[in-house]
Amino acid sequence: MVFSFELFGQAVVTGILIGGIFALISVGLSLIWGVMRIINFAHGEFLMIAMYIAYFLVAKGGWDPYLTILITAPALFLIGIIIFQVTIRPIIKDPPINQIMLTVGLSLILQNLALVFLKADVLTANTAYTRMNFYLGGVVVRGSQLIAFVGSALAAFILYWILQKTDIGRAIRAASQNRDAATLVGINVRSTYLLAFGLGSASLGVAASLMIPFYYTSPTVGLFFGLIAYVVVVLGGLGNFIGTLVAGLIIGLTESIGASLLPGSLARVLTFGIFIFVLLLRPQGIFGGKQK
Amino acid sequence: MKIQIKKSTILIGLLLIVGFILPRFAGEYYIHISVLVLFYAYMAVSWNILGGYAGQHSLGHALFMGIGAYTSTYLFTVIGLTPWIGMWLGGAFAGVIGGFVGYLCFRYGVKGPYFALVTIALAEAAVYIVTNIPSIGGAQGLEVAWTGNAPQLMQFDGKSGYYYMILVMTIIAVWLSSWLIKRRFGYQLLSIRENEDAAEALGVNTLRLKIQATVISAVMTALGGTFFAQYFTYINPRAVFGEGPSVQILLFAIIGGIGTVWGPVVGALVLIPIAELSRGWLGGTFAGAQILLYGTVLVLTMLFMPNGILGLYHKFLGKFQNRQSDGGKSEAL
Repeated sequence: MVFSFELFGQAVVTGILIGGIFALISVGLSLIWGVMRIINFAHGEFLMIAMYIAYFLVAKGGWDPYLTILITAPALFLIGIIIFQVTIRPIIKDPPINQIMLTVGLSLILQNLALVFLKADVLTANTAYTRMNFYLGGVVVRGSQLIAFVGSALAAFILYWILQKTDIGRAIRAASQNRDAATLVGINVRSTYLLAFGLGSASLGVAASLMIPFYYTSPTVGLFFGLIAYVVVVLGGLGNFIGTLVAGLIIGLTESIGASLLPGSLARVLTFGIFIFVLLLRPQGIFGGKQK
Repeated sequence: MKIQIKKSTILIGLLLIVGFILPRFAGEYYIHISVLVLFYAYMAVSWNILGGYAGQHSLGHALFMGIGAYTSTYLFTVIGLTPWIGMWLGGAFAGVIGGFVGYLCFRYGVKGPYFALVTIALAEAAVYIVTNIPSIGGAQGLEVAWTGNAPQLMQFDGKSGYYYMILVMTIIAVWLSSWLIKRRFGYQLLSIRENEDAAEALGVNTLRLKIQATVISAVMTALGGTFFAQYFTYINPRAVFGEGPSVQILLFAIIGGIGTVWGPVVGALVLIPIAELSRGWLGGTFAGAQILLYGTVLVLTMLFMPNGILGLYHKFLGKFQNRQSDGGKSEAL
């Protein structure tokens, strides 16, 4: 492959824009994982559901893709808290393997429900934004990806603001730091968990609506994004909000620069390589301090 | 106590007799289901040594299955080496990789969900690596050339040959698993699972034991991988390294009873016939229906019988017999 400045510039631009979406998807996982110490292995499948909702609103209902946020975010919030209440809350004190297997089971159910009822077809929504491109020299900036990046940053900021400045956010952070102490000062930890799970899921609704103009939907789409989210959360440091955002950009850049340098799909190996390296040497993430 | 041992001996004896004479009475379809039951029982028993006894939950065990399947199949298709030798080379390869992975993970103190994540990442990385190596089939995978009825090449006319092979493998695996757990090695593994710091304080070399458990589990899983390739005669990166096989390897151990000798076997014995028969009834119309069933059973198991089928069985047994004091042994065995 001939290496050129344009190619590299293109990879950097695409990587940063995609990295923004990676970051938003991962922030939701980080919130849930950090607060409840439960890895939601169905995180990618939640995103998949949101993408289907957005897709059908756009393709069948003629909605503007960005307006679908009004449906996808509340819908995912609701789906999140229902699934949490019914399946995850009863096992919140069980051994980790049971929690892992429960969410793995959830991901199998959601993925294969989609496969059974929506078929394995890969769906692409054609919107007014899909072909909106800008040119910076020889580099193409896809309008839909730019909007997704800005939207992700905005959504992540709102989530950050909620966590830092509101009582709800303070309660969530307190519960994540010390469950018992939080209970002692009168925080209802149970409803705090519910809320955290709902918020973490709702951020996926936003991400899905932002992605629909440029990304395909299929029953297995969650697999890839789920894995990316684990990578980003670990890299950024569990529960480290800013770290997660930066890690999203790093992984976005790794994927796109890797794809422009390495043949085939080997860039993915690079991503997993970073993941394994970080898990082994710095499980607290590249920015984190000490981890409990 | 003595009566219990006798009962279980009789039960195992009966199982063996039924197992060995089954192909004489059952049709090809039922032999096929039996092969699947035994294969997944075998894989779950192999996983259980690391995941159940030592408590290190690998979610990427397909890595070892894939290494076994690819090593023997590649050597068979390229230089015509019989899979009977290839499977041991695959096992050795997987053992080395398992030892390396185990050393890296446990040396750096990776545990719990983080170990699960490392193993997922390794298996996924393997998918992409193998996909991008055209000389071992790339994304297309490898086909095992059919040479007719050639037992010396691990190819049998009809399904009973494969059936007896996997039956013997499963018996050996269960025997090994029950033998290990009764030894010092097994008790030390359990101690790591229960309380690693305490085990270490008592002088258990946890690092070495965990690596040993990983190697044993990896070698066994890889041998199963070769069987998988020979039985289905086709492998590709997703089918043997992917998250699908990774989940299926441990699914039956979890549902049957994690960390028990018979749990993995019971899980496969109960669940696979249901899944296969329901697939027969539904026909091919619902792709994914089988995994949907597995997922549902998995979630329900975690919610209502977190210790699996055997856990539930022992609970009821305890209620009825008023639990003769056996130091919780029956739960471990």
